[in-house]
Amino acid sequence: MFSYILRRLLMLIPVLIGMTLITFSIVHLIPGNPAQVILGETATANAITELEESMGLNEPYFVQYGHYLMDLTQGDLGTSLRSKAEISKEIWPYIAATFELTLFAMIFAVVVGVNAGIISAWKQNSWFDFLAMMVALIGVSMPIFWLALMEQWIFAQELGWLPAYGRQDSRDPIASITHFYVLDSLIHLDFSRALTILKHLILPSIALGTIPMAIIARMTRSSMLEVMKSDYIRTVRAKGSGQFLVIYKHALKNAIIPVLTVIGLQTGVLLGGAILTETIFSWPGIGRYVYEAISYRDYPVIQSGILVIAFIFVLINLAVDILYKKIDPRIKY
Amino acid sequence: MRLKGGALLFLLLAFLLIIAACSGDGGANTDTSDNDGDAGNEEASDDDPATDAEAAGDQVLVFARGGDSESLDPGSTTDGESSRVTQQVLEGLLEFDKESFDLTPGLAHDWEVSEDGLTYTFFLEEGVTFHDGTDFNAEAVKVNFERWADPEHEYAFTDDGYVYSMYGTMFGGFAGDDGHVIEEINVVNDHEIEFVLNQPLGFFLQNLGMSYFAITSPAALEEHGAAINENPVGTGPFKFVSWSKDDSIVLDKFEDYRMDGLPKLDRVIFEVIPDNAARLIALKSGEIDIMDGLNPDDAAGVDADEGLELLTRSENNFGYVGFNTQKEPFDQVEVRQAINHAIDKQAIADALYAGYATTAKNPLPPGYLGYNDEVEEYAYDPDRARELLAEAGFEDGLDIELWTMPVARPYMPDPETVSQIVQNNLAEVGVNATIVREEWAPYLEKTLQGEHQLFILGWSGTNGDPDYFLSSLLHGSNVGSSNRNFYQNDEVDELLDSAKRAIDQDERADLYAQAQALISEDSPMVTLVHSTPVMATTTKVVNYVPHPSTSESLKEVELSN
Repeated sequence: MFSYILRRLLMLIPVLIGMTLITFSIVHLIPGNPAQVILGETATANAITELEESMGLNEPYFVQYGHYLMDLTQGDLGTSLRSKAEISKEIWPYIAATFELTLFAMIFAVVVGVNAGIISAWKQNSWFDFLAMMVALIGVSMPIFWLALMEQWIFAQELGWLPAYGRQDSRDPIASITHFYVLDSLIHLDFSRALTILKHLILPSIALGTIPMAIIARMTRSSMLEVMKSDYIRTVRAKGSGQFLVIYKHALKNAIIPVLTVIGLQTGVLLGGAILTETIFSWPGIGRYVYEAISYRDYPVIQSGILVIAFIFVLINLAVDILYKKIDPRIKY
Repeated sequence: MRLKGGALLFLLLAFLLIIAACSGDGGANTDTSDNDGDAGNEEASDDDPATDAEAAGDQVLVFARGGDSESLDPGSTTDGESSRVTQQVLEGLLEFDKESFDLTPGLAHDWEVSEDGLTYTFFLEEGVTFHDGTDFNAEAVKVNFERWADPEHEYAFTDDGYVYSMYGTMFGGFAGDDGHVIEEINVVNDHEIEFVLNQPLGFFLQNLGMSYFAITSPAALEEHGAAINENPVGTGPFKFVSWSKDDSIVLDKFEDYRMDGLPKLDRVIFEVIPDNAARLIALKSGEIDIMDGLNPDDAAGVDADEGLELLTRSENNFGYVGFNTQKEPFDQVEVRQAINHAIDKQAIADALYAGYATTAKNPLPPGYLGYNDEVEEYAYDPDRARELLAEAGFEDGLDIELWTMPVARPYMPDPETVSQIVQNNLAEVGVNATIVREEWAPYLEKTLQGEHQLFILGWSGTNGDPDYFLSSLLHGSNVGSSNRNFYQNDEVDELLDSAKRAIDQDERADLYAQAQALISEDSPMVTLVHSTPVMATTTKVVNYVPHPSTSESLKEVELSN
């Protein structure tokens, strides 16, 4: 087991080197001089040259790439051209924001998705099954931005129940320690703020969690149906176990494995930053961080941001593979 | 299974805690203290003795905009979202009037200009302190100007990527450059400072009103070094509290502000809400008080809403279709005039700006010094256009390329649609235009090198001076720099040069008016529209006046209940 984890971690190194190469090339293939983009249409030729020099853009690509790799090996993600701050420090609040949102979106997706899938399988071809699968189909096909705007319109503007944007009440900000605001408010034992912060999480979590929820529900249902037909379930039934126990204790254990893969992949995708959700709900997450950097041609941020996202993605997949073994001892590595 | 689940959850929590612990002091300043009920606590932590019962929370204004600031060091940025915030924290020697670019006193209460226009003396406000408690004086002004002018200066932070391009543009370059106008800066005494120029500059005072040339505390430059862009310290009505990137910037009232009774707000929060529709919803649900960047299409809805107020900024820009006047067929003035008659500007204003735009006849916004209202606008007249084309020898029509910009700008919110309207208009007079699309940076570079025939672009003002529009866009010496029309008329150049050197503003106005008449005759560009950006506030917001420069002081703004 540990040798497996170690092997997987070692395999990360070539993957990450590949990532740096790809991000570096993509970024430098975008047409146009970043200095020109930054200064815009009112730039004079002099100003452009000066900015180029100060950004180190007048050096050949391979020299720039070499500098970048050298810095990376020392844990230096570079310095943002836009904010002139160190990326390794600057990136943390964005990662925390994305983690928090992803966590709640996945809780929503898993709790609703798995249960809807189970009940649909249990009561196959019932009205619930049809309804749930219809909702799931709509869920996968619905554009997130539309769902997000509808949520805002109904729950923030018309009903006034939930806030329309942001991570917290901007008039009453929290003194953040970890940048996980829910955690922060609990550390401060400040439950009224915790409630406000949770309220801010509801709409974006639903918007972001809807697609994974729908995928998980469909996956759970089909996987469940298959398991329910197997011999051991018949045996369990023969022993006289109640339907609830049969499903939640015996069937789910086997049915959940393919679902877990989907959950892992979806979590990875969401952690990569959900630009649409983050934009509409003004959620300062990692997706927005990289997106803003792209429009500003902030090379170091684009490179390091994508690298960090890739790193998290690989880690999540590793975690899922380890989880398999926990759930199904028959799986060997 | 249940046990294992619990163990997993535990592991996950432990993982989160570890990451959290590793993060340490990451990110921007977050010393936003608790202010639920104990405002005194917060004030006490400052070196500010004025801790009255005034609770922070009474007058808290939330201003939402589409993008975050780039830097809070005004001199090293050209970003409007940055100066919108620094305008509250730092002040310059002069200021612009509330609604126009007329100059009013700032940190200098008075000033004198020598007869030859080469020496400017400023008399500074006395008893003014920076937010860090140090005194504002003539030496501080000198340090700031030298920092911008001299890349070798100890506070220039050149190695950290600081570039003062606005200074370079406005004062003709940097120390040692040929065009750099500031020869020396002399501190006469603590409250008197003298700028000596090596050539007259007609808009020198105008430059000083710009928020980019606001004065930072030298002690703060020493203390924060290159991190000054995240720790602005000025003399303004609000002091900086915290900045959480792409999220919010918090400013608090500066109790020792030099004007009695101001500012009226206790706290200002600049929020980033990137999506226009979401921003409007937040305004309607009362989460924010002011929103910038309203879609013109939403203006009617806001106007009809009793809880909201619709505001417009005066025009400070214009969008245009430019000719490459040195390339066939646009080297012929008849062809340029024909195109000018062929384009229906009013249709563009109505279609794109929902009427929140005025058609433009000069490459200068109305209200500017020397704006020539006598110039006759090229009327939409396809017949006249066909006649002119025939005169130029193109009675059978012609084929051209129309370059269109790929990004939206305040002066051009939807360039793609504009290019299609123009294409249709041209087709009516027998001109077959092929639309050419390029990425933004290559677009700017290639138009600079003159690879285009017809192109779409615009210009926005910064210092409120006509020179920034007319010389930048149409002076012969700026061909290859910002004159993408490749327009060169010696007579116009001479007028612009004299106007730049003249000190008497009436004389300058007259020279610029003459230049506009000549330019209109030559028709080097089709000036389309001046847009008047719309924004919205809740009716609780009192005394908020949008400034054409997009940065206005919030010191007199207050919230009614």
